[in-house]
Amino acid sequence: MSFLDYFRGKKSSSANVAKERLQIIVAHERGQRDQPDYLPQMQQEILAVIRKYVQISDDMVQVEVDRNGSCSVLELNVTLPER
Amino acid sequence: MARIIVVTSGKGGVGKTTTSASISTGLAKRGHKTVVVDFDVGLRNLDLIMNCERRVVYDFVNVIQGEASLNQALIRDKRVDTLYILPTSQTREKEALTKEGVEKVINELSETFDYIVCDSPAGIEHGALMALYYADEAIVVTNPEVSSVRDSDRILGILQSKSRRAEMGQEPVKEHLLLTRYNPDRVERGEMLSVADVEEILAIPLLGVIPESQVVLNSSNQGMPVILETESDAGQAYDDAVARLLGEEREHRFMTNQKKGFFSRMFKGG
Repeated sequence: MSFLDYFRGKKSSSANVAKERLQIIVAHERGQRDQPDYLPQMQQEILAVIRKYVQISDDMVQVEVDRNGSCSVLELNVTLPER
Repeated sequence: MARIIVVTSGKGGVGKTTTSASISTGLAKRGHKTVVVDFDVGLRNLDLIMNCERRVVYDFVNVIQGEASLNQALIRDKRVDTLYILPTSQTREKEALTKEGVEKVINELSETFDYIVCDSPAGIEHGALMALYYADEAIVVTNPEVSSVRDSDRILGILQSKSRRAEMGQEPVKEHLLLTRYNPDRVERGEMLSVADVEEILAIPLLGVIPESQVVLNSSNQGMPVILETESDAGQAYDDAVARLLGEEREHRFMTNQKKGFFSRMFKGG
């Protein structure tokens, strides 16, 4: 890193930070965009059922739909807390 | 059959109306019969940018509701004679733009015009959805700034799912990225997202880069589309964008800083 680069702050420029943040949020939002409308509601209901038995937080249930041509797979991931 | 082009962005204040004015003027200047339609019901501004605000008698909503004919509402531009402006209503509700009403007007315009440029309001509400619904092509106006890029991606998702072409399962709306208020100096200093960064994130073809320029405010002050400022970099960048829109190959300009200062030239040499 040269003397000049030190002043220019090339290493961790704010533009690079912006790009990284955008790549993450845009990828996340694109993933949600293709999901069916009923998914958030269904996730809440699944969460409610599990909570009857185990106390878990919202982010411990992941629901996703994967489409492969004519067939869709509903993927449900539940992380249970340690006993 | 007219080609329908929506100028959209999601975020406000990025240059949609400025772009609509210049793109439509550029198309008309090349001899194509063009109409530019303001979809921002309640916040009419295209008339001001096109310098015809005192000539508005009837508007888009009047035509939809059968209170005026299309010919009564269309305003012929005083500079380019193949260009017409269809102003929007300043007083009605957004919901006055019904899908059927908009379709009726677009169909009637299609009979006589080559290009219909739809100037979308900001946001992703009803007005914006109506502006993009019938589009064949979309110019997504984006500033090199996080919120604008994110909103552009959102509007791209809507184009891909809620436009007529998407609903009918037709060939998708052709998407174009127009990066505006670009400052090569700040990009060089690492303070602004570069063209390549935005292209990489949004992953749609680049139509043009409009440099940040004082000419833009100066021309809007006077109701003059930027593209008519043929000496300016912003005006020339818009002219390039119109040429590309019509299929011409033009190299991108104004993406690097031409006027190098004494110091940076000295240090760059080393």
